[in-house]
Amino acid sequence: MDIPYTVKDRPDTGLYNGKLGVWLFLASEVMLFGGLFSAYIFLRTGVDTWPRGADILDVPLATLNTLFLITSSVTMVMSWASLKLKDLAKFKLYAGLTLLLACAFLVVKYFEYTHKFHVGLFPSTNTFLGIYFTMTGLHVLHIIGGIIVIFYFWMPGSKMWESDPERFTNRIEIVGLYWHFVDLVWIFLFPVLYLL
Amino acid sequence: MADLTPDQVKHHVRIYVMVFVALAFLTIVTVAISYLDLGPIASVALALFVASIKGSLVACYFMHLIDEKITIYWTLLITVAMFMVLLFVPLSTLLDHTQY
Repeated sequence: MDIPYTVKDRPDTGLYNGKLGVWLFLASEVMLFGGLFSAYIFLRTGVDTWPRGADILDVPLATLNTLFLITSSVTMVMSWASLKLKDLAKFKLYAGLTLLLACAFLVVKYFEYTHKFHVGLFPSTNTFLGIYFTMTGLHVLHIIGGIIVIFYFWMPGSKMWESDPERFTNRIEIVGLYWHFVDLVWIFLFPVLYLL
Repeated sequence: MADLTPDQVKHHVRIYVMVFVALAFLTIVTVAISYLDLGPIASVALALFVASIKGSLVACYFMHLIDEKITIYWTLLITVAMFMVLLFVPLSTLLDHTQY
């Protein structure tokens, strides 16, 4: 028996099931990161002094990473648009670029983290670094998760394009929703941790 | 986003490029603001305002929320309400005047 509503919209929701499923998952993700943002506010308002992120963290590297992520969001949505135009080769190009930019983000983050450790700054050093490593660490895990899923659809998973192109296009749309959410979280993490 | 004609998709692509340019520009604005000496409250408010514009652009255009089904709007409305409750939980400590 086939899984229902992978392509056609379900009459009561007006959506294919995967899309509503991913939006519900993203709702839970909002609460996950929301809890940490709430903890950040609690910790920051509870002390008399709070370090300025720019004095401890590397703003130019984080700006570069912001540009990597917003560019990867564009390439992700372009990969979906390419499938809508029935161009698998362009999909492969844009999805590959998304993966490249995501990996570039991780490489920059690796240099940021190792530099901190090298100069003796650890999550246990102070409250600011504790919340910095917790929030950015959770975000990095989301980037890694995204890379695994996008890689799957870039290589082995793309076989579905031959058998069920509409379903494959929908899969890329909802992977994109997740990826844009990860970008969106960073858009708020960047000023909150690095600039304020 | 189910039944788009090739022309409609190409129109979307042009919008994606414009949104990308806006996001890159606003990233530079965000960093520039942090170098201005505006005082803590103004700089926090301004930085979060710019971040909100960027977030809205991503959500509206890349995540297609500008043209989405009502089921998703309801899901997100409830999520945003709960998210706001979560953010304001720390402020409840201001109501607690117990001395320890």
